[in-house]
Amino acid sequence: MAEQDWKTSKRTFAAVSLPTLFWVVVFFLIPMAIVWLYSFGENRGLTEIEFSGTLENYKRATEWLYLTIFGKSFAVAALVTLICLIVGFPVAMAITFASEKWRPWLLLGIMLPFWTNLLIRTYALMMLLGTQGFANKGMGALWEGTSWIKTLVGLQPLPTWEPVQLLFNNFAVVFGLVYVHLPFMVLPLYAALDRLDRSLIEASLDLGAGHFRTIMRIVVPLAAPGIIAGVMITLIPALGAYLTPDLMGGTDSQMIANVIERQFKKANDWPFGAALSFLLIYAMFILIAIQSMRKKVPEVR
Amino acid sequence: MALFARAPIAPLEYSRTLWMRLWVGAVMVFLYAPLVVLMIFSFNDSKRNVVWRGFTTKYYEKALGNDQLVEALINSLTIAALATLASLVLGTLAAVMLWRFRFPWKGAIDGTISLPIIVPEICLGVAFLMFFAAVGWPTDLVWPFNLGAITIAHITFCFPFVTMVVRSRLATFNREQEEAAKDLGASEAQVFRDVLIPHIKPALVAGALLAFTLSLDDFVITYFTSGPDTITFPVKVYSMVRFSVTPEVNAASTLLIILTVILTFIALKAQGVKAIAETH
Repeated sequence: MAEQDWKTSKRTFAAVSLPTLFWVVVFFLIPMAIVWLYSFGENRGLTEIEFSGTLENYKRATEWLYLTIFGKSFAVAALVTLICLIVGFPVAMAITFASEKWRPWLLLGIMLPFWTNLLIRTYALMMLLGTQGFANKGMGALWEGTSWIKTLVGLQPLPTWEPVQLLFNNFAVVFGLVYVHLPFMVLPLYAALDRLDRSLIEASLDLGAGHFRTIMRIVVPLAAPGIIAGVMITLIPALGAYLTPDLMGGTDSQMIANVIERQFKKANDWPFGAALSFLLIYAMFILIAIQSMRKKVPEVR
Repeated sequence: MALFARAPIAPLEYSRTLWMRLWVGAVMVFLYAPLVVLMIFSFNDSKRNVVWRGFTTKYYEKALGNDQLVEALINSLTIAALATLASLVLGTLAAVMLWRFRFPWKGAIDGTISLPIIVPEICLGVAFLMFFAAVGWPTDLVWPFNLGAITIAHITFCFPFVTMVVRSRLATFNREQEEAAKDLGASEAQVFRDVLIPHIKPALVAGALLAFTLSLDDFVITYFTSGPDTITFPVKVYSMVRFSVTPEVNAASTLLIILTVILTFIALKAQGVKAIAETH
């Protein structure tokens, strides 16, 4: 359907475009521009900031300490995305091939946590993982059970169960991020798998390929756009995650968002925080550029 | 539902194979167990949250008697309602603009509108903190005007989602309907109100739900834009979790979870599960 040239009905165009453009410019582009400007400024006294055009903030951001935090954030986000993909893919398959009766309920099951407050979900997980929580109690019970069985067969009992520290470390951050982002991965995967031509899978199975091989050679390549979409939708928020590392992480599991927050709330170094923010935004842009480049490749072939 | 299938499993019935069922079951337990435990323990008559000591509703009374918490909840709901309304208007206008018109810089404008979805929350929060500080936004206004800064921030990150949802719905609109209406003498505004709006109504419901939950859910951006007198529910719960974990938080959280479930079911009644799934 042909789009209308804006000149043919200027009044309608103005009516639909001006409010949006106004909002985007005033309440999005200008705030972002302010951050960008601040990132080239320096602190003068407590509240005054001078825009001196210095690159000092960016230089400081490339210090080893901050580079390792960037690197670590990437590693954590990538690991979380990978786990979500491995856990989520079979779920998306199951939803796709579920009966008409079950599919809506399975979808609802995935979507409801997606809509539940992030903070509440994180808090719920913290309750479960604490040293007094159920995860520890469950493992303790298993431990006691094993110990009891060992004494039954005449072996030495295991030493008494010491609660494991499941919270406030890197494990907790990854676990929490997977918990929070899993629905983000399953929904786009489902959307892609649902569009798949099933006769291709049947053909592959008829021609003698096993289920695993069919999935790896037929389903995965065909669902690639959905897989990439799912990866991006999980990777980007995981990279910028603040709440989960803040509440569930330990002193050594700071991610980049926590460092940025500290510049504003505690260290009071706005220019440096602004520079770190823009570095994070540039990282997002690079990820998206890589994604759109990959999208174009199959079309060329 | 029997765990073992009666009829033989067809090759494509992946969801009927045992290991698939176990996998999906395990994932559902993983997703829901923490929430269920949280809800059950909100009725626990113990301060330490871990051992069941009997049923009580006293923490609900405490949560509802906590003026700050109730105020925070009212603030959150007010902001969410305002942000949803404004996002619906702005988001729909933007979608119509991008769908209907050809204009210079279209690609760039399209990209800029969806940028708030991609920019990390923390960066957006920082940007609003600096913006409101730079323009000297007044912080001593009376309620509900003191929520203005937070509401503005929420509209910025909510309306692109509405645009996205409405735009995909507009793609299925048959332009001939519009032409027919115009031939019959309808004005531009009438076509918009009587032809276009009814067509995109499902997308508006989905978009409204999305915007409302996104706004209600947001912690990071609000954390940076809220002042001492403008605490929202997530910010309040955050400080409670940070400093002392009490069953009161469980009770308040349970109430919010129930609200989410109710909203979800309203949306389902209006739309059906599948249509909503497709909007994601």
